[in-house]
Amino acid sequence: MKIVVCIKQVPNTTEVKFDPKTGTLIREGLPTIINPEDKNALEEAVSIASRVGGQVTALSMGPAQADYALRETLAMGATEAILLSDRAFAGADTWATSYALAKAVEKIGEYSLIFCGRQAIDGDTAQVGPELAEHLDIPHVTYVRRIVSLDDKCVVVERALEDGYEVVECQLPALLTTLKELNVPRFPSASGIVTAFDEKKVQVWTAEAVGADPAKIGLKGSPTQVKRTFTPPVKGTGKILTGTHKDAVQQLVQELAAKQLL
Amino acid sequence: MAVIIDKNKCVGCTLCVPACPFAAIDMVKGIAVINDQCTLCGACLEICPVTAIYREEEQACEECTPQSYQGVWVFAEQRQGQMLNIAYELLGEGKKLAGALGVELSAVLIGADVSNLAPDLFAYGADKVYLVEDKELELYRTETYTAAFVSLVKKHLPEIILMGATNIGRDLAPRVAGRLVTGLTADCTELSVDLEERILLQTRPAFGGNLMATILCPAHRPQMATVRPGVMKKITPDYQKSGQLVRESYHSQEVTVRTIVREIVKEAGKVVNLEDAKIVVSGGRGMGSAEGRALLEKLAAKLGGVVGASRGAVDAGLLPSAHQVGQTGKTVHPKLYIACGISGAIQHVAGMQGSQVIVAINKNPAAPIFKVADYGIVGDVHQVVPLLIAAIDEQNAKKQP
Repeated sequence: MKIVVCIKQVPNTTEVKFDPKTGTLIREGLPTIINPEDKNALEEAVSIASRVGGQVTALSMGPAQADYALRETLAMGATEAILLSDRAFAGADTWATSYALAKAVEKIGEYSLIFCGRQAIDGDTAQVGPELAEHLDIPHVTYVRRIVSLDDKCVVVERALEDGYEVVECQLPALLTTLKELNVPRFPSASGIVTAFDEKKVQVWTAEAVGADPAKIGLKGSPTQVKRTFTPPVKGTGKILTGTHKDAVQQLVQELAAKQLL
Repeated sequence: MAVIIDKNKCVGCTLCVPACPFAAIDMVKGIAVINDQCTLCGACLEICPVTAIYREEEQACEECTPQSYQGVWVFAEQRQGQMLNIAYELLGEGKKLAGALGVELSAVLIGADVSNLAPDLFAYGADKVYLVEDKELELYRTETYTAAFVSLVKKHLPEIILMGATNIGRDLAPRVAGRLVTGLTADCTELSVDLEERILLQTRPAFGGNLMATILCPAHRPQMATVRPGVMKKITPDYQKSGQLVRESYHSQEVTVRTIVREIVKEAGKVVNLEDAKIVVSGGRGMGSAEGRALLEKLAAKLGGVVGASRGAVDAGLLPSAHQVGQTGKTVHPKLYIACGISGAIQHVAGMQGSQVIVAINKNPAAPIFKVADYGIVGDVHQVVPLLIAAIDEQNAKKQP
């Protein structure tokens, strides 16, 4: 079975710190990682391939630095890794990103499954997976928390809902987006890391190599544009209630009672 | 289609370097230079004191004719014949946008035997309801709903579509946007209209909630946005109000369907109605053990509130993820939010800063949560919360005649 896994290298946004004086982001030392839910996608693909036989192609669109993340996928068991990288892709929104990925997937050729993480921690849109499936004209299932069964023609999965789940049967080829509940991603072995970083290669494909229409990629191919970004406004520092804990609690209860919140 | 630094204007002040979230600005020979990491996000544009940084704007695409698209649509998401609250919240917001634009507000209702839900949609503000009924549409499936929705859009050409950022809305919206070749902005927290350009201004958290971004879809229509439950306000329903019900047919023979929903399973305990709660008592990693959870539950019960949690508390196993408030959890806007042992990471604050009154209890006086709190108590939650419970009891006793 041939499986494609889409991954994104992201800044670890949970570790962002702000300079308290200037209110700007401190980016020194902000590590980049494979987006966490993409690791669940990769883990599922690698474990399926080792169970039923087959190969796993890791695919990422990003700058040259994403080579590192793709080598990590090789260390975790991906058979090959492809980096879709070109200045022409810069500024792509989810539509243009998914279009470029679709062109790369078409070049990869015959596949049964595509896995994507549900969403990336730096954008949180959850749009690239479904939009990629739309470009490829294949069915997709989002929020996959368990794979119930899989054969050559069909996959049955549990799709998480807010108040439970649904069991969905889907014909192959199909695209699935994965939740962290799906599995526990493996750690790469020491020898896997050595091979991935010393011997294996990450193929780099340009926009031209995948036959992407220049009008549909990058900022030019993106229906949306960022008008401006700004630091979220914060409320001013409120009142710190002082004195003993008992005093502080008394003051609080009085303030809340006066506001009719109790 | 690039962010450019005018090297003749740049004075080498380096202010833009830390302003970039993507480490895309380097200082080269005393002048700021953009490198390959640039995502064109524009975070550097306003910080430059000498306006040396600008963005080359894209020409509007000629084949699109935004003018022929009119009206605001809301996806009225129902499950098993029950309308979700998010539909009413979106109608509340949609009414404001439609009012500003001087156009109709319509709801799109898709399902099997769901016409009985239309009066509620009118009461909550819809001028028109597009109804597509078919037995194939009884349960949500990406392919059937996408086909039904897209054919409605192509026929009636709305300029704005709002959908709930639910597990179904976030499945349907990108598929519809992909097919219509248009923009989609996820999880918007603020929507408004630039009347001059007749463009929807879509503001959402970016970069894990560390930044806010205003997104536009200038040349493609419809402009599509999702909004998380609990973010927008519904109006008081008016059941005297009626509207126009437009029935549209579903052409099942034209739709390729490759998925089957075998069953839908409800899980007890997964539903925690934080979004509608008037009072939320949240715990962080600082609550520690099961004993800490019991304290939270006791305080919440005393106030008639619901228990929330930070991601730290969920990761530590203190509470299930259904309780999580924040960027990857739920958005709440209660009258009173009490944060116990929560440091106040920006991802958490993103989900609770809309609360009317915020109380923070934390032993670290430098915890960022105190920056958003109206009232703060510096102290150990295990000491302060029991005192708070006792003081509330006392206050309640006073209220008795």
